[in-house]
Amino acid sequence: MSKEWPLWEIFIRGQHGLSHRHVGSLHAPDAEMAIKNARDVYTRRNEGVSIWVVEANNISASSPSDKGPLYEPSESKIYRHPTFFDIPDEIGHM
Amino acid sequence: MYAQMVKSEATQDDPEKLAAFQQKIDANIKVEPRDWMPEGYRKTLIRQIGQHAHSEIVGQLPEGNWITRAPTLERKMILLAKVQDEAGHGLYLYAAAETLGVSRDELTEMLLDGRMKYSSIFNYPTLNWADIGAVGWLVDGAAIMNQVPLQRTSYGPYSRAMIRICKEESFHQRQGYDIMMKMAQGTEAQKQMAQDALNRLWYPSLMMFGPSDAASVHSEQSMGWKIKINSNDELRQKFVDQTVPQAKYLGLTVPDDNLTWNEDKGGWDYTDPDWTEFFDVLKGNGPCNTERLEARNKAWDDGAWVRDGLLAHAEKKRAAKTAAE
Amino acid sequence: MATSDKDMLVQFLLRMGDNSLILGHRVSEWCGHAPVLEEDIALANTALDLIGQTQFWLGYAAEVMDGDKTADDVAFLRDVWNFRNILLVELPNGDFGQTLMRQFLFDAYQSILLPRLSKSSDPRVAEIAEKASKECAYHVERSADTVVGLGDGTEESHARMQAALDRLWPYVGEMFASDDIDAAMAAAGIAPDPASLRSEYDALVGKVMAEATLTIPQSDFAHKGGRSGKTHTEHLGHLLTQMQWLQRAYPGASW
Repeated sequence: MSKEWPLWEIFIRGQHGLSHRHVGSLHAPDAEMAIKNARDVYTRRNEGVSIWVVEANNISASSPSDKGPLYEPSESKIYRHPTFFDIPDEIGHM
Repeated sequence: MYAQMVKSEATQDDPEKLAAFQQKIDANIKVEPRDWMPEGYRKTLIRQIGQHAHSEIVGQLPEGNWITRAPTLERKMILLAKVQDEAGHGLYLYAAAETLGVSRDELTEMLLDGRMKYSSIFNYPTLNWADIGAVGWLVDGAAIMNQVPLQRTSYGPYSRAMIRICKEESFHQRQGYDIMMKMAQGTEAQKQMAQDALNRLWYPSLMMFGPSDAASVHSEQSMGWKIKINSNDELRQKFVDQTVPQAKYLGLTVPDDNLTWNEDKGGWDYTDPDWTEFFDVLKGNGPCNTERLEARNKAWDDGAWVRDGLLAHAEKKRAAKTAAE
Repeated sequence: MATSDKDMLVQFLLRMGDNSLILGHRVSEWCGHAPVLEEDIALANTALDLIGQTQFWLGYAAEVMDGDKTADDVAFLRDVWNFRNILLVELPNGDFGQTLMRQFLFDAYQSILLPRLSKSSDPRVAEIAEKASKECAYHVERSADTVVGLGDGTEESHARMQAALDRLWPYVGEMFASDDIDAAMAAAGIAPDPASLRSEYDALVGKVMAEATLTIPQSDFAHKGGRSGKTHTEHLGHLLTQMQWLQRAYPGASW
């Protein structure tokens, strides 16, 4: 078995001025890829505007200038939200 | 369910510690990775969360089977987003298991060589487009029924993963039912597809909850530890009661001649799935077991050079940075 | 708009939309099969962005064509000879390295083209390009990083990436082979002449390949025909038999 990529803890700051919050973990070969992976894994629903990744004692943060390309695209994926689908009232809660 | 027949591990720990641990669980205080926990609790959780994670990953395959054939651009995107979510959910669950001292790669190896299982449902094929609707409606419907209570499970990282998963998954069942409505209200051929999908997936969906409580020997300890919240039969009944009227609304027939409303229990009487078939599937003899494991093994083996390559580059970069400092 | 102008615009929109449609389809084939979960999820995001862009490009194309066609009609009911994507995007995925090399070679082109299109004289083109260009800025960053990481990784990953570059390089030239349609678009201020983007492209690709320790092939031979519609590879037909199957087998059904 080859060597496993290190584990990173991911912190994301959302839209509403709250501080970075731990959202989960993922694997990546280095900090840069960890940030990119976090963008792809943990902001699929437009959840955040800033990412920190931590491996052991190192902290890295995504640069603010990436804001546009990193996050805006997910705003248009409305089908990820349950209200996108019209379910008749007769069916009850789904 | 996504974790079926998870065997509870026996525990031989200090009785005093055990009692204190149980008190904590009874008081609904979450267990966190660095807290003391019985070895049996840890091992059972690894098995359960691991099996759940494997189910998400293998579960990508039957639905992924239709991504390239989705009938409209929008359906393609919805399906792709859903199957992608499953990869994400697998990832969250592996991460939760990793807090218990097992690596994702170790868990993966155990899936690939058959030491660990995944849910029986994903060994059934998706044969027509309505299967994609039926998987969302029935399979995700059944999964949600189990996952919602698991948000309250005693192990903190597992509970948090389930909260995130439930939040994301709420669209999955609805998109499935949305496809079923289109099909059921569509052309004759589309109606046939919808009925065919329901016929094939009904009993495998009932199997997801695991054998009946009478035959399920491992539940008690897990329920005491709050890593299993409801009994198999309880959830299965709830699923049938919820699904029968939904099928009726679609104008589809549930493939069970014995389906009758039982006034006394306030629920439907239904035919149990064929448990011989269920155990066959668990043993590896389901219609798609071989293909599913082949696909996962191929992805893992073919990907080895990519994982190694990117890691080697990261190490070179780190070395160069250190040398420069 | 005069008929021929309209036809020209449709051809341009098909070129944009078919590229993202066919590449999005190819990338979506990876879903569930990638080397590691994080890459699986990332590739799905790329495919989602591309198919999302397709809806806009082909949706606009359908409008300009008149009638009551939709983006789906355009995507699912044309045959090979009416597709206008470059040959590069219809090639099979190959290994992960070849997929990511193709992605980078395409992303690099789009990352130069789209910001210019966002200043198009056609407001709809500008609007679509504005959105797509944000997505592409991320795509090109990610695919470049992966090409660099694998090119400058292990001996095996380096060899595979060099093989991928050698395999795909003959399909790069088609992106810059300008024709009458491009000239008309440029004259109308709708889109830049692709030939004018080449030097910027070569600089970007050269920089990334140098970092990846990969050698760009000497030959500038280019396979062509996809953009103009003159020819395609044999692979496109097989792709369409899957993609279009339900629409073709059950005409008129609503999904």
